[in-house]
Amino acid sequence: MSGAGAPQLLEEDRPTRGKPRTIERGLSRSDRVFRGSSTGVGIFVLVVTGSIGLFLGLQSIPTFRHYGFSFFTQTNWQPERDQIGIAAVLVGTVEVALVAICVGIPLAMSLALFITEYAPRKLKSWMVSAVDLMAAVPSILYGLWGFFLLQPHAKYLARWLSQYLGWIPIFKVSTDPNAAVWQQSAYTSSVFITGIAVSMMVIPLACAVMRGVFDETPMGEREAALALSGTRFGVIRTVVLPFGRGGIIGGSMLALGRALGETIVVLMIISPAYDIKIRILEAGGQTISALIAGNFGNATSAQLSALLTAGFVLFVITLGVNFFAATVIRKSRSGALTEI
Amino acid sequence: MTTFSDLDLEPREEGPVEEAPERVTRRPRRVRRTTFDDYLELGGSFLSSGALVGVLYGHVFNMSGVLGFLVLWYFAFMVIFGLTLKITNPNPLVVDKLVQATIFVASAVVIAALLSALIFVVVKGLHALGHLNFFTHNMAGVSPTAPLSQGGIFHAIVGTLVEISVAVAISLPLGLMTAVFLSEVGGKWSNLVRTVVEAMTALPEILAGLFVYVVMIVYFGFPRSGFAVSVAMSVTMVPIIARTGEVSLRIVPNGLREASNALGGSEWRTTWKVVLPSARAGLATALILAIARGIGETAIPLICSGASSFTNFNPFANPMNSLPLFILTGFQTGQSVAIERAFGAGTVLLVLILGLFVLTRFLARDRKVKR
Amino acid sequence: MTVKESTSENLFADVQGRHARREDTISTVAAGTLEAIEVSAWFSGNLVLEDVSLVMPASKVTALIGPSGCGKSTFLRILNRMHESTPGAQLGGEVLLDGEDIYARHQRVTEVRKRIGMVFQKPNPFPAMSIGENVVAGLALAHVKVSKERRGEIIETCLTRSGLWTEVKDRLATPGGALSGGQQQRLCIARALAVEPEILLMDEPCSALDPASTFVIEQTIQELSGEVTIVIVTHNMQQAARVSEQTAFFLAAQGEPGGIVESGSTAQIFDDPQDPRTADYVHGRFG
Repeated sequence: MSGAGAPQLLEEDRPTRGKPRTIERGLSRSDRVFRGSSTGVGIFVLVVTGSIGLFLGLQSIPTFRHYGFSFFTQTNWQPERDQIGIAAVLVGTVEVALVAICVGIPLAMSLALFITEYAPRKLKSWMVSAVDLMAAVPSILYGLWGFFLLQPHAKYLARWLSQYLGWIPIFKVSTDPNAAVWQQSAYTSSVFITGIAVSMMVIPLACAVMRGVFDETPMGEREAALALSGTRFGVIRTVVLPFGRGGIIGGSMLALGRALGETIVVLMIISPAYDIKIRILEAGGQTISALIAGNFGNATSAQLSALLTAGFVLFVITLGVNFFAATVIRKSRSGALTEI
Repeated sequence: MTTFSDLDLEPREEGPVEEAPERVTRRPRRVRRTTFDDYLELGGSFLSSGALVGVLYGHVFNMSGVLGFLVLWYFAFMVIFGLTLKITNPNPLVVDKLVQATIFVASAVVIAALLSALIFVVVKGLHALGHLNFFTHNMAGVSPTAPLSQGGIFHAIVGTLVEISVAVAISLPLGLMTAVFLSEVGGKWSNLVRTVVEAMTALPEILAGLFVYVVMIVYFGFPRSGFAVSVAMSVTMVPIIARTGEVSLRIVPNGLREASNALGGSEWRTTWKVVLPSARAGLATALILAIARGIGETAIPLICSGASSFTNFNPFANPMNSLPLFILTGFQTGQSVAIERAFGAGTVLLVLILGLFVLTRFLARDRKVKR
Repeated sequence: MTVKESTSENLFADVQGRHARREDTISTVAAGTLEAIEVSAWFSGNLVLEDVSLVMPASKVTALIGPSGCGKSTFLRILNRMHESTPGAQLGGEVLLDGEDIYARHQRVTEVRKRIGMVFQKPNPFPAMSIGENVVAGLALAHVKVSKERRGEIIETCLTRSGLWTEVKDRLATPGGALSGGQQQRLCIARALAVEPEILLMDEPCSALDPASTFVIEQTIQELSGEVTIVIVTHNMQQAARVSEQTAFFLAAQGEPGGIVESGSTAQIFDDPQDPRTADYVHGRFG
C-alpha cells in the first residue's frame, strides 16, 4: 500500500511481474572461505583419485610401447627373458574371483535372508554385529587361517571333487585321485582353496548390501504374500527377492570387485604359476595383485613399469565393475531407497 | 457440540466390559507353530542322515576329512528330511521347511568359519603372548629362528601406532571436509565427487600403495618410510570417512540447520557449532571404521616401507615395520618359531581391531539413548 | 465347543480332498461360518482387546464398526492368524471355522490362510508380477498346478467378480503396480478370490480410495455375499449400512482394552440400538 509517507520504490527495486526474482545471497567473508575451501577439498579428492588412474596409465605407456598387444596374450612372466604378459594372471584373477563369488554369494544371501526373515529380534543385532566384525578382520588374518586351517581340510574336499566330478574339465587333476597314497601337494595352493579363502572377505560385503535391501521390503506387499501363502518362503519368493533384485546384483558385483583386487590372501596361499589353467583344483595360479606384491621387491625399473601396467589393467577392471554395481543398485527399485 | 469427554462411556448396567480384577486372570494362549511331530521329523532326519553318512563314508565313498563328511551329511539330511515331510505336509510347507533348513545351515557355516578364524589365530598366538619380552623387545639382532624368549614385536606395535596416527592426521580433516562439502555445501561438483569417492572405497589396497610408491618414492625421491605408508593409508581412509561421514551428516534433521540460520548463524557457524556436534557419534564411527581398515592393510606397508627389525619412531626416515607386515614376513620365512611370533602379532592386531569395533558399538548405542 | 483332534492321515486326506475339489469346480465353494469365542489380544503385555465373542454367519456380510483404535483391525487379523506374526503379539480365546478352532495345535497356518483370505487397507499388488500373475499368485504359492486354460479361466472369473475384467482384459501381461488405486484394490480382491476362500476379510478396503472406486467395490461386495462370507472393518457407517447384514460395534474407553459393545443385524443396530453408546456413535455424536 503506498501512502503519502511511503518511500518511493526505485526502478531497480520494483520486481518484474510474474517472474521469480533472483536473490543475491550476501555471503559473509567467512562463509565464502568456508564454501570455497570445502569445495576445494572435494575437488582435491577428485583430482587425487583421477591422478591414480592417470599415473598408472602414464607408467603403462612405455610397457605398451615395448611389448604392444602381446602384453595381453603372453602368459609368461619372465622379465629376464624379456617375456612379459598378463594373459595367465588375468585368467587367474578372474578364476579366483569367480570361485570366491560362487562360494560366497549363496552363503551371503542365505545369511542376509536369515537375518531379515528368520532371526528372532535379539539374535538379529548380534548377527549384524558379527557380519560387520567379519568385514573388519584384516585379510592377513584370513590368509593365516586359510593356509593353516582351511587348506589341510579343504584338500580332501578337492580330492573328492576330482574323484567324482573329475569328468568335468575344471575339476580334473593331473595326478590320480584314486590312488591309495594320493599326492596331497597337488591339491594345495590352488585356485580353488584360494577362492574359498577370498570368499571370507566377500561374504560380509555382499551380505551387508543384500540385508539392507531386504530390510526395505514394503510391509504391505509382505503382508499380502503372507495372507496368501502362510509360509516364509512364499513371502521371500514373491516379494523379498524380486524387490531386492537390484541389491542382490549390485552386492554381487561389489563382491566381485573386491575379490578381483584381493592381494594378501592370494599371496599367502597360491603357488605362483604362469600358464592359463582352467583346472582350479590343481596347485598353481596367479592373480594380478599377487603378481605385483610378490615381484615388487626385486624389480628393476623396466620390470616395475610392467608391474604398474598390470596394476593399471586391474584398476580399469575394478573401476568398471564397481561403477556397474553402483549403477545397478541406484537404478533398481530397492536401490532408490538405499545407501550402499 | 458434544465432545468426546462429555459422553458417558462407562457402562451403566452390566456391560460386556469386565471389572479390573477379572482381567488379571486372563492369560494369553500359546500358539505353538511347531508340534511334537515337527520335532520328531527334524530330529529323526538329522540323526538318521548322520548315521547313514557315517556308515557309508569311510567304506563306500573312500573319503577322509571332516569337511567332506559334513557336506555329505547335509545332502543326506535334505533328502531324508524332505521325504519325511512329504508324508504329512502339503508341498508348499515341504519346500518352506527345506529352504529354512538350508538357510540355517548356510548361516551357521559362515558364522562357524568366522569364529574358527578368530579362535584359531588366538589359540596359535597364545604361546608367543606368554612371554613378556614379546611386547617389550624388538627383533634387532634376533634371528627369526631364535626361541620365543628372545625378541618381540615392540617395533611393529610402535610402527602401526605411528603410521595410523599420521594417517588420521592427514585423512580426518580431508575426509571430514569432503563429507561437509557433499552434505552441506553441495554445488555442481558434488555429484561427480560423490561418485568418485564411492568408487574409491573399492580401490584395491595394493593400487593405493603402488600409486604412492610411484609418485612419492620414484618421482619425488622420498624414502620408503612410515610416512609413505601413512599417505597410502589416507588414500583408502579418506573415501570411507567421506562417505560414512556424509551419511551421518545427512541424518541430522534439517530443523536444526534452519533454527541456527534463523538465529543469524552463517553456514560455517551452523556447520561447525550445530551440525557437526549433532553427528558426533556417526562421525566417530566413520573414523573408527577407517582406522580399522587402515591398520589391517598389509600390501601398503609391503610396498611403501620395509620390514625392519629396529624400533623406529620417526615416520620420515628409515623403514618402519608394522603388525601386518611383520605377520606376513614371519609367515613367508616358513620357520615354525617365526610363524608362532606371527600368530602372536596376529592376536595383538585382532585385539586392537576388536577393541575399535566394540567402541563403535558403544558409540552407536549412546546415540540411540540420546535420541 | 469341542475341538476335533485330527490325526496325520485325516489331515492328509483333507488336503487331498481340497485339492481334488478345486480341480472340479469353478466357484461353488460353500461359504463358512466364523465364530470368535472370548477372543483377547495383547501387544507386548498390554491388553488391547478383551473377550470379544461374535458369530459371523455363513454367506453374509458382517461389518465391524467403531472409532479408530478400538481393536477392530486387530480382531480381524486374529481371524486369519496374521496377528501372531507381529512381534510381541499374543492372543487368547478361540476362533472356530465351521466348528474347528483354527488355532488348534494340529492346524496348519497355510490351510487357514487358504480358507480365510484377506484384503488390506492399502492396495498391495505384487509389482514384480503382471496383472494375470498377480491374480493366480495365491495358487502359485500353494503349489496348486493348473493347466493353461484353467489358469485363463480363473483369471477371467476372478477379475470379473471383482469388477476389473473389462478394464484390464487387454493388458493382462502388464505389471500389476501400474494401475490406479481403485483398480489395484480390485486386483487384490481378485487375487484373494482366486484361492476360493470360504471367508474373505476386508480391512477398510475403501478408505484409501476415491468415491467411484468405492462404489464399484461395494457393488462387488454385494455380489459376493451369498457366495463368500465377508467380514469388513469400516470407518464409514453409511458403507456399513449399505453392504452388511450383520454389524458389530467396537469401542474402547480411554486407557481400556477394546471390545464389542453391541452386535446384531444391521437394521437393528442402526435403527434401534440397545446400548446408548451405540446410539451415540451411529447418530454421529462421536467418531
